[in-house]
Amino acid sequence: MHKYIIRRILQFIPMLFLITIVVFALAKAAPGDVLSGERLDPNIPAEVYDMRREALGLNDHITVQYWNWLSSVATGDLGTSMQYTGRSVAELINARVMNTVYLSLFALGVTLAFAIPIGIYSATRKYSLFDYGATTFAFLGLATPNFFAGLLAIYVFGFMLGWFPSQGTVSTVGLSGMELFLDKLKHLVLPGFTLGLASTASYMRYMRTEILEVKGSDFIRTAKAKGLSNHSVLYKHTLRNALLPIITLLGLEFGTLLSGAIITERVFSYPGLGQLFLTSVQNRDYPVIMAINLILAITILIGNLLADIFYAVVDPRIRYD
Amino acid sequence: MQEKTDSKQEIGQKKTDVLLQVEGLKTYFYMEQDKVAKAVDDVSFTLKKGETLALVGESGSGKSITSLSLMRLIPSPPGKIIEGSIKLDGTDLLSLSEKDMRKVRGNDIGMIFQEPMTSLNPVYTIGNQIAETLMKHKKLKKKEAYKRAVELLKLVGFARAEQIVHEYPHQLSGGMRQRAMIAMALSCDPKLLIADEPTTALDVTIQTQILDLMVEMKEKFESSILLITHDLGVVAEVADRVLVMYGGQIVEEATAYELYTNPQHPYTVGLLNSIPNLESDVERLESIKGTVPPAHRFPKGCRFAPRCKHVMDKCYEANPDLLEKDSNHKVRCYLYEE
Repeated sequence: MHKYIIRRILQFIPMLFLITIVVFALAKAAPGDVLSGERLDPNIPAEVYDMRREALGLNDHITVQYWNWLSSVATGDLGTSMQYTGRSVAELINARVMNTVYLSLFALGVTLAFAIPIGIYSATRKYSLFDYGATTFAFLGLATPNFFAGLLAIYVFGFMLGWFPSQGTVSTVGLSGMELFLDKLKHLVLPGFTLGLASTASYMRYMRTEILEVKGSDFIRTAKAKGLSNHSVLYKHTLRNALLPIITLLGLEFGTLLSGAIITERVFSYPGLGQLFLTSVQNRDYPVIMAINLILAITILIGNLLADIFYAVVDPRIRYD
Repeated sequence: MQEKTDSKQEIGQKKTDVLLQVEGLKTYFYMEQDKVAKAVDDVSFTLKKGETLALVGESGSGKSITSLSLMRLIPSPPGKIIEGSIKLDGTDLLSLSEKDMRKVRGNDIGMIFQEPMTSLNPVYTIGNQIAETLMKHKKLKKKEAYKRAVELLKLVGFARAEQIVHEYPHQLSGGMRQRAMIAMALSCDPKLLIADEPTTALDVTIQTQILDLMVEMKEKFESSILLITHDLGVVAEVADRVLVMYGGQIVEEATAYELYTNPQHPYTVGLLNSIPNLESDVERLESIKGTVPPAHRFPKGCRFAPRCKHVMDKCYEANPDLLEKDSNHKVRCYLYEE
């Protein structure tokens, strides 16, 4: 078990290195740079641009640029933002990252809390009214794009019913303690459910299918032949086996959540990494784009690592090879 | 265990006692387009205490459905036991509530399945899976149940039983898993052990070991065995009495010795001729032409008629009855009716 985890962590290192290359190359491959927008101004002579490019190191050979970037990132220096002049990338990200973490965790919580029980219930009552209802909901959820679901949620629950705030993370400044927590939670409800909708829908289907598949296995017949109650056949013997593929999918879910957050945050004017990412792309603020890409990639890697470790905990067949 | 070895005499006496009495059992499957598959169609037999009864037939003959019917584990829908009675030690299993039936499964009847590779849950240890049954039926505490699991594993031939309880199914070979299955099926000291093709998935060398173990355990636990198999070689090794099934019905019933020396039904004769024999020098093995008809499309008359060498006109008209030829031999065939 320990060996397995150590091996998986060691595999992490070359992956990380490859990711930095891809992140850097992608940023460089995009047309234009941070000065492109300003070039439209005819009053500034071309030499000025060249001087500024030289100063920013944009004229260096690409390998040199990569090395400079990589060595500063390795020491924790993510560079300076170009759109918010003078502010460090780290500072911009720090101000927003926790909001995105809260949003993603809330959405993940919504997914797990709804998808797994509904999936189990659907599977145990296959072709019942409940099952058909859940299936209809699942397809609706999968077919509705994030931004549309978000707008709908804002209109119905924010505007018409007025149950939940539909913008930002807090209502007023100066809240603290429990009040602040509840206020933040309230602000999370609409974007959180919106972000979790598609995942809830698909995980519900996965869970249902897995349960039905495991129910047909020989070892379930054995469990029944032992005289076990329906409850322990379902929750002990079926569920644990049915959860195995779900764990793998959850590892990938981190990526889905974070990329979904980009759109959801925009719709709800929620100040997180997603919003920062979008404005950075619009302003060709490459240091910020690269930093966020790197963070996303590392999060996905960690998600997969956690999934693999957790998988090994749950499935004894993985541990010993 | 000791008290059981000196009760050999008692077993001899018990042989006359009926343990299981199945009467007119019909298990049908209701399929799409109103098709009805008569998987088990009017099956009656008795199993005496201490006896090993074999249920023999090709795939699709209804033998596994018969055994699952005894456990009331027919997947429903589409399957349903529509008629008959199954009496275990006088209790009619078909009239029990599902809750009471669960007390019979694993406790009064232990079951071993064909595929030892897939019949154990991959994510729980062997010990956990054996102890679970003991905790459920014998109300043992976890610690006692594990202790008993170790004893049972030792009994079925595991030298390092203390480690095996903590191992997972994938760490054991097929033969070892089947031993573990036997330990599990016997854990609650069942009156009846149903073994559904217990050796089919195993190497030939392991097959004999497993069969010997089953018989040995049966003696030790004073149990009875209902052995389901398609392999007449297996039957010859262990069975006292044999039921031959074809198309959801019993076509011949005899003691094992009688069946091998004096088979009557053309189907039984065909089955016996298709066993390779090392002593006689034949070029080709005989086979029974064709396959078992699907259970929703049995021919009118005798179900074996389309494949039978001795078929007569009247075979196509009505199904013959299972008639007693002499006290320990019954056959369902017009060849033997006056």
